Amino acid sequence: METNKAIISVKNLVKKYDDFIAVQDLSFEVYENEIFGLLGPNGAGKTTTLEIIETLRDKTSGEIIVDGFSVDKHPNAIKQIIGVQLQAAGYYPNLNLIELIELFAGLYGAKIKPMEMLEKVNLQDKAKAKYKALSGGQKQRFSIATTLINQPKIIFLDEPTTGLDPQARRNLWDLIIEIRNAGTTVVITTHYMDEAEQLCDRVAFVERGKIIAVDTPDNLIDQLINSGFERKKEVKKANLEDVFINLTGKEWRE
Amino acid sequence: MQKDINNGTDQVPVRSSGTYSNTTATLALAKASFRSIMRSPSAVVFTLAFPLIFILVFGFLGSGGTRIDVGITPESDINNPVIGMLQKTGMIRLVKDKSKDEFDKLLEKGNVDAMIDVHRKVNTAAYSVNVIYTSASRDKGGILKSVLNNLFYDKTLKPTIAEIKESSVKGREYKTIDFILPGQLGFSLLSTGVFGTAFVFLSLRQTLVIKRFFATPVKRSSIVIGEGIARIGFALIGALFIILIGHFFFGFTLVHGVVTVANMLLLAIMGIIVFMGFGFIISGIAKSESMVPPISNIVTLPQFLLSGTFFSIEAFPTWLQPISRALPLTYLNDAMRKVAFEGMGLWDVKFQIMILLIWGIVIYAIAVKVFKWE
Repeated sequence: METNKAIISVKNLVKKYDDFIAVQDLSFEVYENEIFGLLGPNGAGKTTTLEIIETLRDKTSGEIIVDGFSVDKHPNAIKQIIGVQLQAAGYYPNLNLIELIELFAGLYGAKIKPMEMLEKVNLQDKAKAKYKALSGGQKQRFSIATTLINQPKIIFLDEPTTGLDPQARRNLWDLIIEIRNAGTTVVITTHYMDEAEQLCDRVAFVERGKIIAVDTPDNLIDQLINSGFERKKEVKKANLEDVFINLTGKEWRE
Repeated sequence: MQKDINNGTDQVPVRSSGTYSNTTATLALAKASFRSIMRSPSAVVFTLAFPLIFILVFGFLGSGGTRIDVGITPESDINNPVIGMLQKTGMIRLVKDKSKDEFDKLLEKGNVDAMIDVHRKVNTAAYSVNVIYTSASRDKGGILKSVLNNLFYDKTLKPTIAEIKESSVKGREYKTIDFILPGQLGFSLLSTGVFGTAFVFLSLRQTLVIKRFFATPVKRSSIVIGEGIARIGFALIGALFIILIGHFFFGFTLVHGVVTVANMLLLAIMGIIVFMGFGFIISGIAKSESMVPPISNIVTLPQFLLSGTFFSIEAFPTWLQPISRALPLTYLNDAMRKVAFEGMGLWDVKFQIMILLIWGIVIYAIAVKVFKWE
């Protein structure tokens, strides 16, 4: 993180629906090769913002540049360098994982070995399984595998850990960190602050369509403490999730 | 299908890994969709099982035409040319090995349609044939009477053994299957096109599969064409299967053999494309999967009943016939029958094809307006 070169830059983004402003004047930058967290309550505009960057939704105004390409002028160029995991997206029915990967390889025009993609997310044993038959954690890992098919520079993960058990969640963190270490920039949304704190290099807080804070988790916490904030209860060196993992083991349950 | 990188404003080659191919993407989609259809029970049932069941039922019902059960009195001389000739007509089933009393009871109930008694006349080569009809089965008795009249000038007595000279020209026999099969083929194409397309696009839209596709460089046209290729391919395999089973098991008439089959498959393609248009419209206006069957039935049922699938539309009351003549399936069925049985070429059924084309234009004009991607 020595060089903070922006790979995504969002300037004055506005998205209006008929009588409702989802995003108002939102600006931020995502640096190359970082894990960037977009945090905020439901309905704050996180998903809308992501989908506009992903070229899936039109914006009302503002400027977005992704790796030098403008969403207005070169949406297809952007599509080729990003991988997208949608919140609650399904996959083509009746196909097994290998066949789904083959389909996406065709859609991206990428030449890959489907089995290698599944190995990346540790799903090689499920190659012949249907997507519907996977557990929650497996589904999310498969979704992430589909984002990697075109060897993207940036991947977008919209609430990838929602609904997962603690083991699957930690397991997914490891996978995301691995992907980042392999040189990919990761943009992620989550409702779990412990996750953001552990995983993200920087986070942005979105509230009512506006960014209200952007910084590293550490700095944001320090700022709060410096402002005189104190927790009501002395924090122990472990929390209940640590107890859960300690008692039930670290291995994956699926 | 062109091989340019991107469309419209987006002309920047992005990666060194080569140009993006819309053809590859389209074919990948077609392959995926085809695999999915082949594994979908409802597609297989509607395209193959239903039409085949109807063909089986009508094939067996219709193959022999009318059957007349004729009892032979126990005293009769079985090995005589009269009985032999009766059997050759293929219409008459002989009931043997029953006593006269039993036959009398069966006659009364109409379980046998007539009873026949054949005796060689004493000292001659001629036979005496005695027929007893029953009022319980007048129709069939009448048919038997004319059959016998064909065999003999006089049904009871004839001095010499009757010799039948068939002088009628042997025309092509128009069998039940020749009428039923094209209708069932049309029905198969209609249900695959309408139900299949409507369900697939609605569910792909609702489960955000299409949205995920949009995050890849694939074009919208590739999605539609890919799906279309898969569905047309599946429908053609189904059509070929129905035609071959009909031909080899039920004697479905294919006047020019392979050429006729090829013409029928070309008609099938035109039909399925028009019917898919209905599917696109339904997927656009249906709000949920449970709305697909009722709306689809509004499209398919009238055509199923009124387009000459089971009965010739001439059999309908005159006020219904204009409705029949407005439906696309009527013209597909009509063209199929003309091609298969009368051996016409596609140019000979250009009128029917033109009507299908007009339907296609109207349907797709509406589909473009109401189809929803998200």
